[in-house]
Amino acid sequence: MSYKHWLLPEGVQEVLPQQAQHIETLRRQILDHYASWGYELVETPLIDYLSSLLTGTGSGEDLALTTATITDQLSGRLLGIRADMTPQVARIDAHYYTDDAPRRFCYIGRVLRTRLHDFYASRSPLQVGLELYGDDSIRSDKEVLSLLLNSLDIIGFRNLHLDLGHVSIYRTLAEHLGLTEKQENQLFLLLQRKALTDIKTILQSWQLPKRYQTLFLALVNLHGDSSVLSQAKYIFANYETILRAIDDLEIMNNYLQEYYPDIELYYDLSELRGYHYHTGLVFSAYIAEQGQCIAQGGRYDDIGEVFGYARPATGFSFDLALLTQLSEQVTEKERVYAPLVNDPTLQQSLYQALNNLRQQGYCVVQALTDRDNAKSLGCSKVLRYLDRQWQICAIEKD
Amino acid sequence: MLKIALSKGRIFKETLPLLEHAGIIPLDDPETSRKLILDTNHDAIKLVIIRATDVPTYVQYAAADMGVAGKDVLMEHGGDGLYEPLDLAIARCRLMTAGACDFSPTAHQKLRIATKYVNTSKQFFADKGQHVEIIKLYGSMELAPLVGLSDLIVDVVDTGNTLKANGLEPKEHIADISSRLIVNKASMKMKHAQIQSLIKKIAEAV
Repeated sequence: MSYKHWLLPEGVQEVLPQQAQHIETLRRQILDHYASWGYELVETPLIDYLSSLLTGTGSGEDLALTTATITDQLSGRLLGIRADMTPQVARIDAHYYTDDAPRRFCYIGRVLRTRLHDFYASRSPLQVGLELYGDDSIRSDKEVLSLLLNSLDIIGFRNLHLDLGHVSIYRTLAEHLGLTEKQENQLFLLLQRKALTDIKTILQSWQLPKRYQTLFLALVNLHGDSSVLSQAKYIFANYETILRAIDDLEIMNNYLQEYYPDIELYYDLSELRGYHYHTGLVFSAYIAEQGQCIAQGGRYDDIGEVFGYARPATGFSFDLALLTQLSEQVTEKERVYAPLVNDPTLQQSLYQALNNLRQQGYCVVQALTDRDNAKSLGCSKVLRYLDRQWQICAIEKD
Repeated sequence: MLKIALSKGRIFKETLPLLEHAGIIPLDDPETSRKLILDTNHDAIKLVIIRATDVPTYVQYAAADMGVAGKDVLMEHGGDGLYEPLDLAIARCRLMTAGACDFSPTAHQKLRIATKYVNTSKQFFADKGQHVEIIKLYGSMELAPLVGLSDLIVDVVDTGNTLKANGLEPKEHIADISSRLIVNKASMKMKHAQIQSLIKKIAEAV
């Protein structure tokens, strides 16, 4: 006997009954919730031409490294296995719906990633997400963020931390300074690490005007509770685009404080996750004692441009399989044990009783041999024939 | 609870005064104690004592909220998932290539480099458009050129005395190294007030 056939590739998991059931229950609740807000479920192809999978996201290069490829035996072209469903959903919106009306889509499915981002992560996450196309106002950001918070509530997370930012602040500053693409990228990497000392050194070496250096250094420190928003307003008073971004954040702040008062809000104006892809307000959710973000999203306007129809867009996604592991909630259905019966009349009445119970929603497991018993079949209740009818009873203690 | 990851030796010794300025004093000495988690004068702050190269990993996965790591270790690790908000200006040295004093590479020779900084070395030579073979070693790098294992080494150089004693000399400068205060990204968001005030206090003492 060899154990090697039991080994799974790195970052690949089997889902065993209890968790699979839990995932399925949550999948239904979550999709029903999205449907109640008018989000329509779409299914995107598992494999697609690589070129179309990679267009439409500014992060083309990151996605190219993450997407697994195979050669199509029929066309000779390269196929990719989807690593992110967002661009595919954007294509659906751009291709089939060209009126101006807002469209709401949600989706769920396994995606495949060539690399592991960190060791909690999976290489085939169960991606759940939704996208709202066609409106560039803060109202759609509010709607999308509410749906994310509701999803996390359904999964059972309490004590959530929400990190909010806005990529147009850094973008406006970089444009204003006329940084070259290389410089913008260098600075971006340092900002991601909040490496203040290195940022100081690099800004000095570029010999930028003193007041711009001060602005950039101020940006690095603009993180914390909602008071950073008023600080930012003061610091960037001369930049209209930035002030508009801060206004959006303030509106969101008031909305969340009113309707989701239990959530800890944190603002980080130099957080540039997905910078090459996002265009506006961005957010990510964290839970205590878990050193990683559990869900993320934000605005990514004009993603459909390459497919011929540019629209404002905002949305989010998360890995439902990972989140069910992290949440302590479990959904377990009670199983009822039905004994083996040899008497023909009893068999008939049992048959009817089983049908009735199952229609009522009970889970009833029937014995197949004499060796079976309630415990071995994982049941906590048994069916007994008492007073001429089949009744659900507690298991008698030995 | 706030966990701070530190490595024994030079970094620990030079970090102590900084922590002390922030009002944090360990109750045990890691050189004499066998404990891996040291209590401090604050119930809710612990020091985790680990190998220097493990510090970024512990902080990245939130096994520790903060840590002190050399820039050399951070460059090799890649720094994913970490903030490095403060240069502590301690444990200073340089990351350099070094080789025999009389070594001069022939034009098209593919150099062999012995180092424990595999990623950093690859990056450094790739940026210069130079093909090299990297040999990963865990210590006593200086030996490699002497016994013909490699042409050059990449290592941190402090005084340069060890190199000199073995007939080697530093050649090219790769980076200036000092220790950085690093913070887990999620911890920074969730324990913001506590971490931010600690950073501020430590910054005063740098």
